[in-house]
Parts: sequence; structure tokens; C-alpha cells
Amino acid sequence: MTLLEHTPSEAQLRRSAYRRRQTVYSVLVAASSTAALGTLLVVAVTGAPGWDRVRQSFLDPEIARDALPAVLTGLWLNVRLLVCCAAGALLLGLVIAVLRTLRGPIFFPVRALAAGYTYTFRGLPLIIVLYLLTLGVPGLRLQGMPPVLVLGGLALVLTYGGYLAEVFRAGIESVHPSQLAAARSLGLTYRQTMRHIVLPQAVRRVAPPLLNDVVALQKDVGLVSLAGPIDAVRAAQIATAQSFNYTPYVVAGVLFVLLAIPLIAVTDWVTLRSARRQSGG
Amino acid sequence: MASRSRLLALTLAGFVVAATAGCAPQDEEPTPTVTAAGSCTKDSLPTRTPGKLTIATDQPAYEPWFRQDKPDNGEGFEAAVAYAVAEKLGYARADVTWTRVKFDTAIAPGPKSFDFDINQFSITEERKQAVDFSAPYYLVRQTVIALKSSKIAGKTSLADLRNARLGAQVGTTSYQAITDVVKPTTKPQVYNSNDDAKKALQNGQIDGLVVDLPTAFYITGTEITDAMVIGQVPQVGVPEAFGLLLDKNSPLTSCVSTAVGQLSEAGALGELERKWLAQVAGATELR
Repeated sequence: MTLLEHTPSEAQLRRSAYRRRQTVYSVLVAASSTAALGTLLVVAVTGAPGWDRVRQSFLDPEIARDALPAVLTGLWLNVRLLVCCAAGALLLGLVIAVLRTLRGPIFFPVRALAAGYTYTFRGLPLIIVLYLLTLGVPGLRLQGMPPVLVLGGLALVLTYGGYLAEVFRAGIESVHPSQLAAARSLGLTYRQTMRHIVLPQAVRRVAPPLLNDVVALQKDVGLVSLAGPIDAVRAAQIATAQSFNYTPYVVAGVLFVLLAIPLIAVTDWVTLRSARRQSGG
Repeated sequence: MASRSRLLALTLAGFVVAATAGCAPQDEEPTPTVTAAGSCTKDSLPTRTPGKLTIATDQPAYEPWFRQDKPDNGEGFEAAVAYAVAEKLGYARADVTWTRVKFDTAIAPGPKSFDFDINQFSITEERKQAVDFSAPYYLVRQTVIALKSSKIAGKTSLADLRNARLGAQVGTTSYQAITDVVKPTTKPQVYNSNDDAKKALQNGQIDGLVVDLPTAFYITGTEITDAMVIGQVPQVGVPEAFGLLLDKNSPLTSCVSTAVGQLSEAGALGELERKWLAQVAGATELR
């Protein structure tokens, strides 16, 4: 049995040639329209009266260079806080969500407490929690008071734990009851069912909103600076106060966006993957 | 395709923001200042009461600016400055009469019941619209305060503060004083307001708080009574300046200003500062 070499028909060749032409054509059109619009915008922006002032006030390279080391040092604090607080808040949220979905009348007070916690901390402005914990609590002068960063981190974990708990709960409740029934019929205990059947599916389902909340947390960790520590935004504020120029804020803003890009990219990728699984998988 | 259009949308948004920000610049024109010149002698000065000099301050007048709320005893930094200026203009102590005017009243536009007022008035452009100021008689110094129980209580040199955890309000000369002059080994703590910073000081979250000298005396005198002034830091940044306040376009302004300027150049004001603020009031000069 010899394999015949595949030779595309005349029509097929014409079709693929046409497709190639079309692809080249559309890329060229896209490129030229982008170039035209880009040129128009650049001319409009740089030609606008006051562009020089905008550049001086927001885009001064020298001031940006001077401010960068301090802002980066501050950003390092943001990153460390983010990692610790994200881990803490995810863990706390998961625990609260599991407590809120416990069954049986005996667990009513636990469910009520967990529900009360999420209601309270989702409603409380983060600033209030931060002030109470970082400046109010140390005023009690108790033994073994943790440093201000730990207290600030705790405020963030408590607040974001409330948001994440609700996301997890939505995930847990979205797992179809038939899954539970099947698990029980196999003889798994409630704990095993949660651990092996429900939670894996729940977490996978709500990964995008979870990551979304983590991205939001990334911007809010800086608020700990109101209790004294210098984060990226605070460093930018200090630099701005010295030069009366807003470039340091722009520098900090750009760094934050750069920091968020990987997180957002992961979020997009996870969303896409889960969408594919749900629809076509 | 989706990602490319998103990128385009983002750049577009950026350009739009930049373009709107770049529109319609407005220039502000500086207002010209007029100075009157005249001979500065007791006989020719058009004071409220001829041959007498009426000086105002607030009631109550606080330490270290005045002592025992009695301006006419000439004790306290501002009382001493007032008498020094009077003397420079040719008025003996007996020719000086004191009157009491509220801070806010003195600074408001309108006719004045004094020749000049000395009451820790910072010279600002806004205030210059309503009143006249003399040349500055005091450049505000940054001062470290701490709880009496703090580890830096009673320290007398900058070197003693190197290992302290200091705090200040963001964007202030006080913060600059920490970073540029004290240069502590521990990172300074920064607060949105002096109220937050004071709370942190009371909580023991910082060893020392840097504020300007008038604020330091106010905090340690009335707000946190178990805090004390550690000392003054060498001058840094662009300090606030206190000036004598006169009526808008007062005929005395240039003469009073000249007198203050001469006292300042002769080092007399610096001497009064050392005597009344550092020695008597206890704001040690940290070196």
C-alpha cells in the first residue's frame, strides 16, 4: 500500500491563495489605519497649546529618574504586603465560606457569625478598619502589640477576606446538587465531599473573580501608608511635595500598572480556559 | 485581534487624557508691590498716637513668645523682639503701649487699632493681599518632641537621634529635616496629618515627632502634656517666616521693615532666639 501524495486541487489552491491575499490585505489596512490615527493623535496632542506644560508637569524625565529609587523601594513594600495579604485573605475567605455553607441546625450560630462577618467587613470602609487597627489599637498599650505593618496587613486581610468569602460561597453553591448526591452515594463523608468534589470545582469556577479581587487588593495595600510606612504612592507624594511636579505620581502609576499586568493576564487566561471548558470542553 | 484593538483603545484613552490635560493653559500675573520711603525717626513716624508706639498681640499670649501673658515685661521671644524694634525706631520702653487683638481680627482686611502686631504671623502671599508684613524676624525651625518616657528624652545632640524612629507629616519641611539633617538609620514614619502623627507618638509607635517650633510648644504645652521638647534641628529647606503685621499700605511698613532687617543683620535677633527659645524655653539647639 503506497501512500498517495496529497495534491490539492486547482480550486483549493485558488482558495488558499485568496485567503493569503485577504490576510495580507487586512493586516495592511489595519496597519495603515492605525498609523494614520496614531499620527493624527500625536500631532493633536503635541501640537495642543499647553502640551509643553503637560510634559513638564507630568513627564519630566529628570524628576522621574530622581524619584524612581524611592518609589521602587516603596513598591517593594507594596509587593511584600500584597503577597502576605493575598494569601491571608484567600485563606480566611475560604474558611468563612466553608463555615457559611455548613449544614444542619447545630451549626446555625457558626453560619450566623460567618454571615455577620462578611456583612460587616464588606460594608466597612477600609480606611476606618485601617485607622482603628493601626492607630487605635496600639493606643490600648497592650502587651505584645505587633508592629504597625502587621496590624495594617490584618486590616486588609479582614476587609478583603469578607469579599473573597462571598466569591468562594458563590462558587460552592454553584456546584450542582447532583454532584453532592453522587459523592454521598459513593459513601464519601461530608468533609471528603467538600474536599475532593465541591471545593476543587468551586475554586476553578470562581478563579477569575478571585483574581480580580486580588488585583483590587494590590492597589489598596498602599493605604497602610497612612499609619506611617512609606509605600510607592507615599514615596511619590513625598517626591512631589519636594519638587511641586507630578511626575513621581505618574512614575508610581506606571509601576503599578506594570505590576498588575501579569495578574490581569493570568486572570484573562484563566477566564478564557474555564469558558472553553464550560462551553466546548 | 481582540488584544490589538484593546491596545489601541488604551493608547487612545491615554492620548485623550493627555490632550484634555494639555488644553487651555492660564497665566497668572504677579501683582506689583509698592513701598513708601520716608525718614524713620520717632518724630516723623505717623503712628496712631504721635510719639508713642502701639504694639498688638493676642490674648492670651503664650510661652515661649511671651511670659505670664504680660507683653509689657519684655520677656519671651516676641516681646523681646517687639521692644528691640521699638528701640531701633527710637522709642523708649515707656513710649510703647500694648493692645490686645485677636489673631483672626488682625489678619482680616480693614482698619487696624495698632501700629504693628506681633503674633507668630507667617508671611504668605494670600495674607499680603489684606495686610502688610515687615521683613521676617524669625525663620521657623524644626523641632523634635518626644514623650518624657521615650528613649530619646533628654538627648542633646543629633547623633543621639540617629537610632530613633522619627515621624513627621508628609510633604512638610519637618520630613525634610529628618531625611536631610538627622538622617536616622531607621526609616522615618510618614503621616497624612499631624493628628495621626501625634497619635502614633502617644501610642509609642515612634520615638520622636518632628514639627515646627510653634507647633512643638503648643503640643507639649496643651495637647500631650507628658511630651517634651527635645530640641531644635538646624535650618533646612524653605522655612516659614514670621513677620510683623501692619495695616495694608501702612506708612510705617518700610521703616519697621528696615528696623527688623538691621536687627537681623546685626545678629541681635539670633541672640534673642538663642536666649528665649533655646535657653529659657528649653528648645535646645541639636548639633
